[in-house]
Amino acid sequence: MTATPTTQTSETSPAKTSEIVDQQNVEAEPEGAISVLRRGLGHSEVLRRGLGVTVGMGLATAVARLTVPVLIQRAIDRDPLPDGGFDVNYATWMAVAAAGLIIFANTMLWATQRRLVVRSEQAIADLRSEAFAKVHQMSVADHNETRRGALVARVTADADTLARFAQWGLFIWTMNPPIMLGTLLIITWYSWPLALVLVAVYAPIIPWFRWLQRRQLVAYDRHRTAVSDMLGQFSESLMGAAVVRAYGLQQHSRRKITHTITSRYRAQLVANKYMSGVFISGDILGAVATLAALGVGTIFRAELGLNAGELVAILFLISLLNNPVGQLGEVLDRTQTAVSGWRKILSLLDHPLDVIEPVEGVPLPDGALSIEARNVCFAYRDGDQVLNDVSITIPAGTNVAIVGETGSGKTTFAKLLARLADPTAGQILIGDRSLESVSPQSRFTSIRMVPQDGFLFNTSIRENVRFGAPNATDTEIDDAFSQLGLDWWVKQLPHGLDDVVGERGESLSVGERQLVALARAALADPGLLILDEATSSVDPETDQALTAALRLLAEGRTMVSVAHRLATAEAAELVLVFDRGRLVEHGHHRDLVNAGGRYSDLHQAWLGNTR
Amino acid sequence: MRPTFCHAVLVTVDLSERSDASMLRRGYRVAAEMVRAHPGPFSVSVVGAAVFAGGSVLSTVVLGRLVDDVVLPTFETDQVDSTTLVWAAVAVMGVTIGRSLGVVTRRYFAGMTSERNQMTYRQRLVDRYLGMPLSWHRQTSAGRLLAHAESDTEVTTTLLHPLPFSLGVGFLAIFSAIALFAVDWIIAVVALTVFPAMIVTSRIYSRHVEGPAMEVQAGVGRISSIAHESFDGALIVKTLGRSSEESERFDQAVATLRSRRVDVGYIRAIFQAFTEGLPAIGMVAVVIVGARRIGSGDMTQGDLVQVISLFNVLIPPIRVFGFLLESLPPSVAARDRMEFVLGEDVPSPQTGALLPNNALGVELDSVSFSYEPTSPILDDVSASVAPGEVVAIVGSTGAGKSTLATLLAGLMPTTNGGITIGGFALDEIDETSLVDNVSLVFQESFLFADTLRANIDLDESAAPDDIESVLETALINRFIDDLPHGLDTILGERGVTLSGGQRQRVALARALIRKPRLLLLDDATSAVDAVVEQEILARLRTDLNTTTIIVAQRLSTIELADRVLYLSDGRIAGQGSHSDLMENDDYRSLVSAYEEASR
Repeated sequence: MTATPTTQTSETSPAKTSEIVDQQNVEAEPEGAISVLRRGLGHSEVLRRGLGVTVGMGLATAVARLTVPVLIQRAIDRDPLPDGGFDVNYATWMAVAAAGLIIFANTMLWATQRRLVVRSEQAIADLRSEAFAKVHQMSVADHNETRRGALVARVTADADTLARFAQWGLFIWTMNPPIMLGTLLIITWYSWPLALVLVAVYAPIIPWFRWLQRRQLVAYDRHRTAVSDMLGQFSESLMGAAVVRAYGLQQHSRRKITHTITSRYRAQLVANKYMSGVFISGDILGAVATLAALGVGTIFRAELGLNAGELVAILFLISLLNNPVGQLGEVLDRTQTAVSGWRKILSLLDHPLDVIEPVEGVPLPDGALSIEARNVCFAYRDGDQVLNDVSITIPAGTNVAIVGETGSGKTTFAKLLARLADPTAGQILIGDRSLESVSPQSRFTSIRMVPQDGFLFNTSIRENVRFGAPNATDTEIDDAFSQLGLDWWVKQLPHGLDDVVGERGESLSVGERQLVALARAALADPGLLILDEATSSVDPETDQALTAALRLLAEGRTMVSVAHRLATAEAAELVLVFDRGRLVEHGHHRDLVNAGGRYSDLHQAWLGNTR
Repeated sequence: MRPTFCHAVLVTVDLSERSDASMLRRGYRVAAEMVRAHPGPFSVSVVGAAVFAGGSVLSTVVLGRLVDDVVLPTFETDQVDSTTLVWAAVAVMGVTIGRSLGVVTRRYFAGMTSERNQMTYRQRLVDRYLGMPLSWHRQTSAGRLLAHAESDTEVTTTLLHPLPFSLGVGFLAIFSAIALFAVDWIIAVVALTVFPAMIVTSRIYSRHVEGPAMEVQAGVGRISSIAHESFDGALIVKTLGRSSEESERFDQAVATLRSRRVDVGYIRAIFQAFTEGLPAIGMVAVVIVGARRIGSGDMTQGDLVQVISLFNVLIPPIRVFGFLLESLPPSVAARDRMEFVLGEDVPSPQTGALLPNNALGVELDSVSFSYEPTSPILDDVSASVAPGEVVAIVGSTGAGKSTLATLLAGLMPTTNGGITIGGFALDEIDETSLVDNVSLVFQESFLFADTLRANIDLDESAAPDDIESVLETALINRFIDDLPHGLDTILGERGVTLSGGQRQRVALARALIRKPRLLLLDDATSAVDAVVEQEILARLRTDLNTTTIIVAQRLSTIELADRVLYLSDGRIAGQGSHSDLMENDDYRSLVSAYEEASR
């Protein structure tokens, strides 16, 4: 099964089953856009690089774009010649100049877009990669608390919102403010008091947009959460495809998924509602600005020293403002979506790690590794104590069996030895080195754990074995199976080791998947081999053969087996007996049986029922 | 064995057939499908677009009138006519509010059309995800299916945003064109040349962007697949220290996606420069030609001003048309990718015979199963199980035990031969009746991220007493008190917060609560402590009126069975009581390996 430090009471509270990356209370106001932007820019160096040049190019485009309508206006509206005629040459030259500017503006537009595309796509790709790597750095405990679908959403859907924004929004952000500013400057040149009036009219847009933007942020945050939930539900029904079919749960699953689909829809509609507010306000302010200019311009024409032509030009310039203001509203909306996605990714990246690898780790010694546990405790974040003050010293090369009832902490102890989690108190030394100081490379080669979980990648058996030993040749992989006495099994596979195992390896039975996992272990050359009920689903005869083969393999190594069968304990040199998180007995099978303690009870039960 | 579906090939074939049809036609098909699905909000949106378009024309008229009736008279007479000013204010605000309502209606309902279509697509996907057989799922990447549910549906519907606007202003464009011709046909021809130029540009754009756009969607699916699989196998990745290799695999896919996206971005950058530039250049051409025409006396200056303002009205539709053309290739590409799922016919639930309400007998008549004919997994298996009997299936790893259990539950069809349950052939039995009466408990207990109660009482139909009683039978009451919220404790995704044995007991309870008449246990208590397992199995015998077929490894479990089916290499190698079979050397050495070893 998906192995974790599991125990009888290793329950997380319901509140914690939501995504770790959604730690903020949804009801609380999420982090503001500016802060996310700052954090995001700080995170992605590639976005900052050459940003000035890009903005400069956007500015040039903006100026050129702004000038074109003015030129055209001049071409056709220039005061008629004294004889009432029309200056054809003047109009033509203006138009040609406009054409030149158009070509320039659009060339700049093209060049700016290219820069933006390259940089933003690089930044998004980096974010995806970092988020992916981060997920693999998280501890098993974090994985248990997070839905697969939500984690996938971080590197796919959430990043996609950024990509979609980058295609268009970024450009508008670089282009439109200069256009608006430029327009305002020209108006100022005509009449600065009128420009002030316009600024006063447009000023409320800032608090209004801020207010809307805050609401939008909440709305989009809920939306992103709804997307995660939906993907989580989808993912569950896909992974549980067999159960759904065997139990006729199609209707039930459909209801659950439909519920999340509908929630996502609702969340999106709420967000859309705010977007409408953005649009109305831009347009209406534009009208108010026109009227204000008209009123002030006509009533105070003398004081302002305006003539009719200038006022008309100003009205024309105001109409040029409408489009960028409207676009800014739209871009604000897209920015919010992107910011919500961005924040989700950034919170994943900032999520504190449980297991922190040493900066400069020490290597483990070659050969068999000794184990020392010093007052080791392990508790889940919600406080469930799984291991309590476990201390034991195991000499290198010992064959150890860990026994105990379900929930006694035996699996957790095994996992701590492989550093799948760190003890909450106490220390573990492997090969006389503190496990936390050992370099990951050395740990992966020298400590090999075979979990009960028979997860396989959807590729051939051979590639799945190679997953544990990337440099293994085909012959070595064949030999690994032979060594374990599994030639008979390989022979009955239609394509032998080239058989493709299906999603999660589900075309193989659980026992068969365990065989593949063991073959991986056989290829490795670890100083410490940890088997967590690694043959629990294999038939007794094969299990016996495997046990014998593994014992040979374990020559010159330390082997720790979490035992599910008496035979394993009997064959071990040292048996550790766990009970309710404590190491209650340890010693040789024979001695423990005679001691008449916990182990002897277990042994009696085993003997009476099964072996 | 385990053939991989030739998805990639299927999709490619599909594509090559489709690319004959032009992008416009394919885009039309996708758009038509979506509009047909939700005509209501779409129509409202088109009306909103029309109102907006009308408002835009009106506002240019109003602006013109402001100049003619307010500004110029004021300066000429040097006094302000306050009544006119008020009327101007009313007109400007009225038109603006009308136009704003138009734009909001258009956007909101276009958004709604798009969101509703996403819902529809998702629902159609769900129907297929839930309806397709297990074999399909075992071959199809869950990550890819997730990408369909999110990215592909979303990208497909982007087409709907510019569409209502394009339609709504369509008539406006026609009207403006007629007006242009009325003014001067030469200038009209010059102005309208922009449209064919746009079409030509967009065709070139489509042709170039189509491939990369398809690859972008494929890339999104690919990274979703990798991420899903890799996160699913996180523990293995961790124990083997393969996270950097996994990152590398993912990064490669991300890099490919990035470079395809950049390709699309580059092509779009050119296209955008053209769609932005063409109308402006058109305007310049109109001015130059117009100036000549004025010079030659064929046109007045006023005509030119009118032409320019008409052209200005035309520009937004041209731009939106550009957006529409721009969003076609990605939409079509995303929709094409989903066709792989949406094109499948959902097998309708089988109706037919209802199973009797008592323990069910089972007949296997020369049952064979193979993924590939040359290497059968089950070969000519014939056996019969009487109602109420407890039969153990025993065999070495890979002998076909799990496959047999899967076939008996009707999750996969047999390749040859027939299975009869309760006197009816498996393929004649009503599907609901089958799942109600036959329960398979899997080797791996998949738990839902829900409460313990919901994980047991899956369809929320059981009486509280029944829940109590299965808690007892599966001995869940032994550990339920340790759970913080008892039955309402939420189990993590895949129920990872319980130990393996506890999970198996939950999965067992889930089957028992349905009071199955045929209970199939596929090594379903392997992780349960032996002592507890014995107790549970003993209770099963007394508490249930059912036939039990149990795939077993432990000798003690096998000994509990009335009869044993011994499978070897997919064939029946013996059947009978355990003690009889112990005469068979192979059988004995298989099942009593531990005892032999400890002797």
